[in-house]
Amino acid sequence: MGGYAWYVWGSYGVTFLCLLIEIVVLVRREAKN
Amino acid sequence: MKWFWYASPQTFFPLARTLALWAGAAAVLLTLAGLYIGFFVAPTDAQQGEAYRIIFIHVPAAWMSMFIYVLMAFWAALGLALNTRLSGMMAAALAPTGALFTFIALWTGSLWGKPTWGTYWVWDARLTSELVLLFLYFGFMALRAAIEDPRRADRASAVLALVGVVNVPIIYYSVQWWNTLHQGASVSLTRAPSMAKAMLAGMLVMALAFWMYSVAAAMLRVRSMIRARG
Repeated sequence: MGGYAWYVWGSYGVTFLCLLIEIVVLVRREAKN
Repeated sequence: MKWFWYASPQTFFPLARTLALWAGAAAVLLTLAGLYIGFFVAPTDAQQGEAYRIIFIHVPAAWMSMFIYVLMAFWAALGLALNTRLSGMMAAALAPTGALFTFIALWTGSLWGKPTWGTYWVWDARLTSELVLLFLYFGFMALRAAIEDPRRADRASAVLALVGVVNVPIIYYSVQWWNTLHQGASVSLTRAPSMAKAMLAGMLVMALAFWMYSVAAAMLRVRSMIRARG
């Protein structure tokens, strides 16, 4: 990433982690009912 | 289409599941396509090098943060005007996803700011108004949580959503109205885009992916609200 790995992967990593957490919470809530 | 037929939460309940499934599938496919374009098709930027690739999530997340708030205010207004239960639920279902995209826009903007501006944060008009948007989402959710009666919570939070929507044009035009460190709009309806076609395509595909994701998340959340209210 040309010396910008922390900035690029830090952005993508946190973004997809946040979205994944929201999906897991919503799908578990859906499955529980 | 029978709009008022679907205004009933019980009628909307099965439709929300279908919408969530289709939008979720579309979000996965569009995300894969957007990431492929962003990392393998779009060229390296002449000035910013690889750091610019943050654009493929930063700009779509920032768009979604504003778009979801406007949509939330729309449902809130509809709920106040027509006194429909589903409108309040739709507004409430959108808020957490809107807050999430606002946080993502701030986080990725901060990580993009360091290599390009030399700082993670600056109190300029664009960044500060986007932070205010995050607090408006938090305020909306906190107000709803503080009121036990869901219909009263719908009405009170609807007023906050409508008052707060004035912040959206402030965010959008902040780079024109004030002297900010943040760059101007890369994409505009009134002029040609100032970036390579592959970059623009990657950004637009990711924006569609985030849009579909938001639809899926809101539909799943509205289903749990309908279940909870009975």
